[in-house]
Amino acid sequence: MSKIATREAYGKALAEFGKDPNIVVLDADLSKSTKTDTFQKVYPERFFNIGIAEANMISIAAGMATCGKTVFASTFAVFASMRACEQIRNSICYPKLNVKIGATHAGISVGEDGASHQTVEDMAIMRSLPNMTIICPCDGIETRAAVKAAIDIKGPVYLRLGRLALPLVHKEEDFSFELGKGIQLKDGGDVTIIATGLMVYKSLEAAEMLKAQGIDARVIDIHTIKPIDKDIIVKAAKETGAIVTAEEHNIIGGLTGAVAEVLVQNYPVPLKAVAINDVFGKSGKPDELFQEYGLTPENIVKQAQEVIKMKK
Amino acid sequence: MEKQQLLELKKTAVRIRRHIIDAVYHAGSGHPGGSLSCTDILTVLYFKHMNVNINDPNDLDRDRFVMSKGHCAPALYATLAEKGFFSTEELKNLRKIDSFLQGHPSMKDVPGVDMSTGSLGQGISASVGMALAGKLDKKDYRVYVIIGDGECQEGQVWEALMAAAHYKLDNLTVFLDHNGLQIDGKITEVMSPECLPSKFRAFNWNVIEIDGNDLIAIDDAVEKAKATKGMPTMVVANTVKGKGVSFMEGEYGWHGKAPNKEERDKAISELDKAMELLGGE
Repeated sequence: MSKIATREAYGKALAEFGKDPNIVVLDADLSKSTKTDTFQKVYPERFFNIGIAEANMISIAAGMATCGKTVFASTFAVFASMRACEQIRNSICYPKLNVKIGATHAGISVGEDGASHQTVEDMAIMRSLPNMTIICPCDGIETRAAVKAAIDIKGPVYLRLGRLALPLVHKEEDFSFELGKGIQLKDGGDVTIIATGLMVYKSLEAAEMLKAQGIDARVIDIHTIKPIDKDIIVKAAKETGAIVTAEEHNIIGGLTGAVAEVLVQNYPVPLKAVAINDVFGKSGKPDELFQEYGLTPENIVKQAQEVIKMKK
Repeated sequence: MEKQQLLELKKTAVRIRRHIIDAVYHAGSGHPGGSLSCTDILTVLYFKHMNVNINDPNDLDRDRFVMSKGHCAPALYATLAEKGFFSTEELKNLRKIDSFLQGHPSMKDVPGVDMSTGSLGQGISASVGMALAGKLDKKDYRVYVIIGDGECQEGQVWEALMAAAHYKLDNLTVFLDHNGLQIDGKITEVMSPECLPSKFRAFNWNVIEIDGNDLIAIDDAVEKAKATKGMPTMVVANTVKGKGVSFMEGEYGWHGKAPNKEERDKAISELDKAMELLGGE
């Protein structure tokens, strides 16, 4: 199966949808890594390198947006969400400006660069900003649709993208993407695995493993972290009675937090999380890091077994 | 500048100063000192140079203004009201719960405000974005900004200066409201950003130094900026904090404090006297 990183799909989508003359792309000296150079090659006049100055880039993006531009601003997720956090809040979210933050190298799958360049906090931080929409696509096909959706809605969007090449979860032919709506990938009645980003394909693998044990797991791909799809979560809680969340992010404040908030306020059922347990990452190969931090199909299976035991 | 036009501008500046004092007095909080120091700059920009349309505040071809030192919202709001974007009566509602006049400039709430500001250092970057968009679209609008000298302690200001020079944004004119004071005291004592003019020159900006409370000097600087090609212009406007109100002048205590009734009356009577000296309304 051919693999593609979501950052790669992001660059291609920018080049594809970039024919709209209102679209401009900014980068902070990482265009070869964030893949905005794919856009730059096609539309050099609408690409602006701001240099290693992320805070400046975000506020410049805001200024361009006030002049009617649809602005994509890209850097690594760690710098976008934290170095430039207050600029995102005050220059973009408060005035609700049309800026899309293409945050690549999210999670620990950055690998060898280590904790300084990995991001386990960004969704928690971005979720708490009013007016912000957060999309964390699980494969190249979903990324293309996410970029299109980000262009179509007017306002701030945080696109959470990864470095690692991923297998395709979706099929081009029958794929439809609706912002704020989760996608049920597999039906099941015993437990629901709600996953985002690269944990989605691992959840499908986990569901196969569970099936072999006679456990029928539902799998939901949540691409839009905010606004979260309340309906699909509550329905899953009612029909399966137990939830496992799976995300390449701190257990605090990301997908797990968002799902838990929906559950406790609407239909409380037991929940177990496959996430990073409030620690920083470290250097290593992505697969080694997944093992170390439990971001594996095996751990999803284990948590599913545990949460089923908690069902009343 | 013609004599009559200069006289009118002087009267407008006095009106704006009266609005500032009254607005901050009614609000019971706010920033009069820095608002008064940059009033003359705003007067020349909005009443002589800027192409803005009060009936279409979001006209894409308009000149832009960014109050990067956003705490001087009273000066910006007073100027916009005097220009006709909204009623001067509204100024009395500054900072009140049901008012659109937020404590710091909010572009979504206040007609005529081109960028939300308040967090120092961000406005000047946004103005770089506006100027860059203007170049990209081959529009001939100009972007004007006021930054504070204390604000220059923010690293982001220097990122913005670097980017504006790199992209040769000659459609961008920044005024440094160089009043020498910040909340905690003299800028040179708190954390000296000096020598600012030479730093701006080192960042490849066209630098003009003027008396920033002199309307003719401000006007000349704007003309020179318009005539400068290939680089952005920084007007180092040496100003007096609290300008126009004797007991506020040069006093950093008036950075962020509202006058009480007695102080308000004294300030207004001084400004009324200034208006009389100009021949009255």
